[in-house]
Amino acid sequence: MSNIAIKVENLGKKYVIKHEKQEPYRTFQDVLINSAKKVITMVNPFSQASVENDETTEEFWALKDVNFEIKKGDKVGIIGRNGAGKSTLLKVLSRITEPTTGKIHINGRIASLLEVGTGFHPELTGRENIFLNGAILGMSRAEIKAKFDEIVAFAEVEKFLDTPVKRYSSGMYVRLAFSVAAHLEPEILVVDEVLAVGDAAFQKKCLGKMNDVSKEGRTILFVSHNMQAIKQLCNKFIYLKNGSLMEIGNDEEIISKYLIDAQDIINGKSKIKNFIDKLPQDPVFELLNVELNQKGKNVFDLVENGTDLYIKIQYKVLRRTSGLRVYFDLVDEYDTLLFRSFNDEDNDNISIVEIGTYTAQAIIPKNILAPIHYVIKVCATIFNERALFPGSADFSFFVDRTGLANRAYLADPLRGKLAPLIKWQIEQKEIK
Amino acid sequence: MEKNKDFEFTIESGKAERHYWMDLWRYRELFYILAWRDIAVQYKQTIMGVLWAVIRPLLTMIIFVVVFGKIAKLPSEGVPYPVFVFAAMLPWTFFATAFTSAGNSLIGNANLISKVYFPRLIIPAASIIVAMVDFLISFIILIALMFWYSYFPTWHMLTLPLFLLLGFFTAFGAGLFIASLNVKYRDFRFIIPFVAQLGLYISPVAFSTTLVPEKYQLLYYMNPMVAVIDGFRWAISGGQTAFNMTEVIVSIIVVTLLCVFGAIYFRKTEKTFADVI
Repeated sequence: MSNIAIKVENLGKKYVIKHEKQEPYRTFQDVLINSAKKVITMVNPFSQASVENDETTEEFWALKDVNFEIKKGDKVGIIGRNGAGKSTLLKVLSRITEPTTGKIHINGRIASLLEVGTGFHPELTGRENIFLNGAILGMSRAEIKAKFDEIVAFAEVEKFLDTPVKRYSSGMYVRLAFSVAAHLEPEILVVDEVLAVGDAAFQKKCLGKMNDVSKEGRTILFVSHNMQAIKQLCNKFIYLKNGSLMEIGNDEEIISKYLIDAQDIINGKSKIKNFIDKLPQDPVFELLNVELNQKGKNVFDLVENGTDLYIKIQYKVLRRTSGLRVYFDLVDEYDTLLFRSFNDEDNDNISIVEIGTYTAQAIIPKNILAPIHYVIKVCATIFNERALFPGSADFSFFVDRTGLANRAYLADPLRGKLAPLIKWQIEQKEIK
Repeated sequence: MEKNKDFEFTIESGKAERHYWMDLWRYRELFYILAWRDIAVQYKQTIMGVLWAVIRPLLTMIIFVVVFGKIAKLPSEGVPYPVFVFAAMLPWTFFATAFTSAGNSLIGNANLISKVYFPRLIIPAASIIVAMVDFLISFIILIALMFWYSYFPTWHMLTLPLFLLLGFFTAFGAGLFIASLNVKYRDFRFIIPFVAQLGLYISPVAFSTTLVPEKYQLLYYMNPMVAVIDGFRWAISGGQTAFNMTEVIVSIIVVTLLCVFGAIYFRKTEKTFADVI
């Protein structure tokens, strides 16, 4: 029992979501009477009635029936899509919000880092904020005093210690904030995606510090979307989906499972199907299906950059046509075109396409995509004449980083819209 | 690893009570530092700085002296009107600032509440300390005024801290209610300044409690600040102004109820703060 740091039993957290009811017509008198009723229920602490009686409510379980045990010294990576309940789990563990059902047993001093610089006051100086933030994170005054120089040195803000932090650059601000947090010495550390802030050098430092912390035998719970960082840092994985615990274990397979499983399959399929069904009849061309595949499985809104991405387009050509081309655009979230690729772009002449059913497959090789949000737009055209269908079949997806580019520097975010693994040749000459 | 025992605990719905009061003690340093932060921040980037703590009650007093003393010629039980008003203005200003800042304190610290755990009771309590500091500063004016009118402190003065304490708990109890209500219903943002302003006129600041008709006296004492203000006047004037035990007892009862129910209400709603703020 004593080597267990956290034990969670039947944990559940319910939120009540309110929707405002639309009432067709209300007189001023109604408004007054209603408000009076509300005031009475509001100030009566013993009333069970809800004030918002003109709203409909809906229950939502952010976490449901979650059970797990974490041993001392475990480094646990929590993965799951947005809204899977990761942040709620951290909030419940760090006692910010109460669970609705279940029990959590915690053994050890726990500190949580859900945000960098919580409670920083812009008017106060760097020195003052170190003490303030330290106290908020649960350090005692003596502890902060003992580590003060270390904190300042780590943050590299010696010169600006007595400047109000509102005059700091955002980089300095974040460095100071993380530095305080990094010098916390809890037995259990709960970290939300705080590594997503700050510049590259700083992120590297953070990850390094996290590594140090983990080597000291402390327990860490770590939420991130950076799968490489999770793989590197953690020895145990918790996969949450829609508030339930899907899997827990020491196997990295859980990450792959999540990546495949995380696809919004039903939604993705029906979206494409809807698009194709609504296309008007065309005398020349009929789009049959478009899909994205990775490792032989359909993917929709989550792609990894460590394996090839197949774009499969099936269509019928109803009339022999010259210059009929199928193509896709890769755009970023701001709709900037990154590149366009045609099915016949490697041909020497304009091709003539015969009647038939076709399956075209484009491959975006691994180690090309960056871990950002992309949209692939599939279109077809007759060269110099017209588009074969209005609009485009779109796949909007996010890329999880499993690629090789820059793998030694995981803390360094990949900059740029693409992250190709470029071949480098390096020659070394001796210095005379 | 002896100390680990302290950090072994269970989180369960509705079972937080047991650690709560212990945690309150454990987080006392956070309480000091939040109070210190509010004090430090209060007068940053102002030219007059701490002087504001003096100027505000002083100006209000002067206006009161002109309007109620000179024009309306309200009686002041034989005490010079400026001393009479200022002795009341001090506890009232303290209450109004303490109540206002306690009432708005949770919302002002929303970022803390949604990101870190600590007993939330610390926040309104710390915010009242700022008002206390302001009070001490403006107390200097009172001393100057007393010298000016050759009023020398008597033993009555020694009872002042008791009345201050009563005022503190009035603000604390009321502040707890309003602060927790304010988290869920922002209507209270509008009610707070209204209470602070209206209270100035219904409390015996500009006039003497003796002006209130006999049959309404008991009802009037239900306002706990009446006893605080009368007590201040009595202590400062050396027992010259009207003061009775009934009002103190009524006030203590009302304040106790206010604090007990305020704390219960606060504790009841506290667990949902992070979810609704």
